[in-house]
Amino acid sequence: MKKDMICISCPLGCPLSVEMDESGKVLSVSGNSCKRGEQYAIDECTNPVRMLTTTIRVHGGALPMIPVKTSAPIPKGKMMECMQVINRMALDAPIRMGEVIICNICDTGVDIIATNEL
Amino acid sequence: MQYDVAVIGAGVCGAMITRELSKLELQVVMLEKYNDVAMGTSKANSAIVHAGFDAENGTLKAKLNVQGASLMAYYCNKLNVPYKNIGSLVVAYSWEDMQTLDILFERGFQNGVPNMEIISKEKLKAMEPHISDTAIGALWAPTAGIVSPYELAIAATENAIMNGARVMRNSGVFDIEYKNDMFFISTAKGVIKAKYIINCAGVFADKIAGMIGDESFKIIPRKGEYYLLDKIEGNMVNHVLFQCPSKMGKGILVSPTVHGNVLMGPTAIDLDFDSKLDLDTTIDGLNTIKQEIHAVIPELTTRNAITSFAGLRAHLEGDECDFIIRPSEKNEHFINLAGIESPGLTAAPAIARYVGEMFCEMAPEYTKKENFISRRPAPVRVRELSLEERKKLIEKDKRYGRVVCRCEGITEGEIVDAITAPCGARDVDGVKRRTRAGMGRCQAGFCGAKVVELLARELDVPMNQITKHGDNSKIVFKKTK
Amino acid sequence: MLKYDLVVIGGGPAGLAAALKAKELGVDKILILERSTTLGGILRQCIHTGFGLHHFGEELSGPEYAYRFIKDVEKTDIEIKVDTMVTDILTGNTVIATNNVDGLMEIQATAIILAMGCRERPRGALEIPGSRASGIMTAGTAQKYVNIEGYMPGKKIVILGSGDIGLIMARRMTLEGAKVEMVCELMPYSGGLTRNIVQCLDDLNIPLKLSCTVIQTHGIERLEGVTIANVDENRKPIPGTEQYIECDTLMLSVGLIPENELTRNAGIMIDPITGGAIVDENRQTSRPGIFACGNVLQVHDLVDYVTQESYTAGEGAAKYIQTKAKNRRPKYIPVCPEGGARYVVPQNISSDADSDVKLYFRVRDVYKNGRITVTNGDTVLYSKKKPKLTPGEMEYVTVKVEDIKKLDKKLPIIVKVEG
Repeated sequence: MKKDMICISCPLGCPLSVEMDESGKVLSVSGNSCKRGEQYAIDECTNPVRMLTTTIRVHGGALPMIPVKTSAPIPKGKMMECMQVINRMALDAPIRMGEVIICNICDTGVDIIATNEL
Repeated sequence: MQYDVAVIGAGVCGAMITRELSKLELQVVMLEKYNDVAMGTSKANSAIVHAGFDAENGTLKAKLNVQGASLMAYYCNKLNVPYKNIGSLVVAYSWEDMQTLDILFERGFQNGVPNMEIISKEKLKAMEPHISDTAIGALWAPTAGIVSPYELAIAATENAIMNGARVMRNSGVFDIEYKNDMFFISTAKGVIKAKYIINCAGVFADKIAGMIGDESFKIIPRKGEYYLLDKIEGNMVNHVLFQCPSKMGKGILVSPTVHGNVLMGPTAIDLDFDSKLDLDTTIDGLNTIKQEIHAVIPELTTRNAITSFAGLRAHLEGDECDFIIRPSEKNEHFINLAGIESPGLTAAPAIARYVGEMFCEMAPEYTKKENFISRRPAPVRVRELSLEERKKLIEKDKRYGRVVCRCEGITEGEIVDAITAPCGARDVDGVKRRTRAGMGRCQAGFCGAKVVELLARELDVPMNQITKHGDNSKIVFKKTK
Repeated sequence: MLKYDLVVIGGGPAGLAAALKAKELGVDKILILERSTTLGGILRQCIHTGFGLHHFGEELSGPEYAYRFIKDVEKTDIEIKVDTMVTDILTGNTVIATNNVDGLMEIQATAIILAMGCRERPRGALEIPGSRASGIMTAGTAQKYVNIEGYMPGKKIVILGSGDIGLIMARRMTLEGAKVEMVCELMPYSGGLTRNIVQCLDDLNIPLKLSCTVIQTHGIERLEGVTIANVDENRKPIPGTEQYIECDTLMLSVGLIPENELTRNAGIMIDPITGGAIVDENRQTSRPGIFACGNVLQVHDLVDYVTQESYTAGEGAAKYIQTKAKNRRPKYIPVCPEGGARYVVPQNISSDADSDVKLYFRVRDVYKNGRITVTNGDTVLYSKKKPKLTPGEMEYVTVKVEDIKKLDKKLPIIVKVEG
C-alpha cells in the first residue's frame, strides 16, 4: 500500500511517499529531505492527530460564543465525534481563560478548554 | 382598505407623483412589490440630469426633460437630496461627430435648452484635463447635472408620508378588477380598493396595464451595465462626458457622482420580455465599458473599481420613442406611465407636475390641502459637519459619535435614523442607499455584520431574518449551535 | 484638548505590543484608541491555533495570543478607549477621535503609532460578473459571523482564493456542518501555508483547484451557484473549461490591503507596492513623530512578526519622545528591491542607525534554490541561497550595525532575489 502526502514540518513542503504493509506498518518513506520528514510520515500513517478549535454557546455573556480548543492534539478521526459533543453544550458566563469545559472528551484523554474569557 | 388613488410602483416617478398627489385632500397609497422603494430602474441608472438636447423636437419627452432639468435644483433643495449642476459635454472625435454636435445643438435649441455652446479642443482640454488627445471638440450644456436617483425617490416618499400618503412595500400587484367605479387591486398583502390608478411600474408597466385589458404597449427590458469607481479616481472627470449618440441610446458615459465617485456606463442590450429580473453583469458588457471609456479618458482604469452593477431601462417596443403618459383607452381612471427611460429621472419632477395637473382635470372634486409640507428635513450627515457641529451633535445624541462604516464615516446614529425614518430601511441595501454605509471601498467587509446587527436590534428580529434586499436574500442562516 | 506622549491607533496585536514596548522604555502617558468594543483586533475571531510559535515558543489560538498582551497592558497605566474611531490626524500630531461616551475628542500627541491593520480585498475589486445576490462575502466577514456572532453564513460553499483565511474557513465551515465544495485559486500555486492546505483541505477532502477562477455568479435573491473556469498562463479564462457549481455562498480570500485612509489623509507617503507607509528602521513614516507597524504597514503572514515589528516601532517612538528627536532628520539610505524581490520594509535606513536592521521582503514568484543578495555599491552585505521562496511567506535578512557604519551613503542598499 502506498500513500502520498506533503510534509508540513517546515516551509519546504517535501512531497512524501510512504510504503506500508497490510497492517498499516510503515516500510519506507521517500521524498523527504530530512529526518523530521520521515518522522512526520510515520506519525501521519500510524496515528495522525490534530488540534480541534471551535466555539460553544454562552448565555449571559457580552458575546454569544466562547472559543475553545483541545488541550492537546486528538486523533484525526475523532474530530467530528468531538464536534457533536461540543455542539450539545451551552455554558453560562462568566468563563475564565483556560477553564476546562469538557473533561476527557470522547475518551481521548484530552480536555476541551476555553481560549478566552467571557 | 379604500383609497382614492393607488400608485403602482415606487420608483422615482411613482414617489414623485405620490408626493404631488399628497398635496390634495385625498387618500393615496403607493404599492411596491419589493422590500424598499427605488428598487427598479431608479436604483441603477446613470444618475444624470440631462440638459434636454436628445429628445426629438415637439415630443412630450423633450418638453418634460427641459422642464425637469430646470426644476431639479428646486426639488432637490426642498427634499434635501444631493444634486450638483456640473454641466455635460458631448465629446466629438471626428468631423462626422462634430456634425452630430451641430444637430444636437440645433435640436437642443428648439427644445429650449439654455446656454449651450460648441467648444474647441483647447477649451475642452482646459475643462477636462484628462480627456483623450483624440477629442476635437464638444457640445457644452451647462444646465446638465448629477443627482442621487434613489435618494430622490426615498426623500419624495418620506415627504409624501409626512403629508398623509401611505406606502405599502412587499405588495406586488397580481390582479386588478374594476367594478362599480372602483378598482380592486389584488396584492401580496391583500386586496386594495382605489378609485384611480397611476401605473408607474417601470419595466412591468405593460404587465400592470394588461391586468385591465390594456395591451397597447409592450416594454422591453434594456439592460445597462455600469462600473462604480473609488473616490480616488474622483479627480479624473469634472463633468458628465457623453459620446456622440447612436441608435441604442446615448452611448457609454463617464461622470462624477454626487458622492465623489466615478460612474461609467451604461451598455445597452435588449433582453427578452420575460427577463425583467435579470440584473447580471456580464464579461462582455464590462469589457465594452472598459474599452469605450479608455478611448475617452485613457488614464481611467477599473483598477479602483468599487463595484459593477446592471439596471433595466423600460424601453417601448416598436417605433414609439416618446413617453406614454395618459389615461388608458380601456379605463379613463387608469393613467399609464410607460417607456419612461432616459431622460426619465431628469423629467421626474416635471412628470409629477404633469400627472398632477392631468389628475386634477380628471378629478376636480379633490381640493388642495392647506397644510402641505413641501420640505423634507435633511438627514444628519456627520461627515459633512464641522468639528464644532459634530461635537455639539454627539453631546445631544451619543450614537452620532460611534462610527460604524469606516470607509464613509457613517455613525450608528445615522443608521438608526435610516431604519426608523418614515418608510425606513428594512434591509442592508436599504441602509446603504440611505446612509452610504457599506458603499465605500471595503464594500461592507467590516460594517456589514454591524449593520445586520443594528437592523436586527431596531426591527427587533433575529439576525437571520435580515436580508440584503428583501425576499430570500438572507445574509446568514441558522445559529451554529 | 487632551494631551499624551504617545497615542496608539489600533488595539490589535500591533498596537498592544507597540504600546507595551514604549511603556517598558519609560514613556509616561500612553493612550490606545480601538474602534472595536474590545482589544485584540482580528485575532479575536481567529480561534484556530498556530499563533505564537516564534514569539512564545508554543502554539496558541488567536484570542489566547491577544489575551497575553491585553493582560500585560492592563497591568500598566496605559489608557485605553475602545469603541473609538479616529477620523483625522491633523498637523501638529493632533488626533481627532469620536465615541459614544466621550463624544468628539481632540488629542494632542508627541508621537503617534499607526496600527490600524488591514482589510480584505472585496468583490468589486475582482470584477466577477454576475448578480447582486446575497451570499457573496469575504472569508473574514464569514469568520466573524460564525465565530463571534454564532450564525452560519452559508451551507454550500465555494471559496475563491487560497489565502490562509480562506483555507482556515474551509475547515471551520466543514466542522460546523457546511459543505465546502472547493477552493479555487487563480494562481498556479496557493497563497496559503502548506500546513493549512494539508490540515484544512486534504484532511477534509476539499479539492483545491489551481489556475482556476470564478467567472460568473448566479441567483437573484440568495446566491444559487457560480461558474468556474480554468485560466491560462496570463490568468485569462480558457473557453470550454466552464463548469457550473451549485452553492449558496461564495467566500473570497483574495488578498489583504493595509488600511491606510487615515495615513493618506495625513499626507504620509505610501509605498505603492506594500500599500503601507514608507518607513525607516524605527518604523517612522515621512511625518516626523508618526510611526507605523503591523498589517497597516505591510501584510504579515505571522502575528509573531507583527509583534516584533511593533516592538521596533514602540522603541522608535519612545526614542523620539525622550530625545525630542523632532528637529533631527537623519540622512536616509534608501533600500530598494530588485529582481525577484517585490518590496522591502523598511524603505530607508538612517545612516547613523545604532543597531542591526532586519530587512523584510516578499518575492514575486516561487523560487527553488533562489539566491538572496544584499549589496551597497560593490559591497556585498549578504548573500545566501534558500531552498524555497514563495510569495506567501515573508522573508528577512539582517544587516549588521558595523556594516551600516561602513555603507557608501550616496548609494542605495539593494535587496535582490534571483532564481
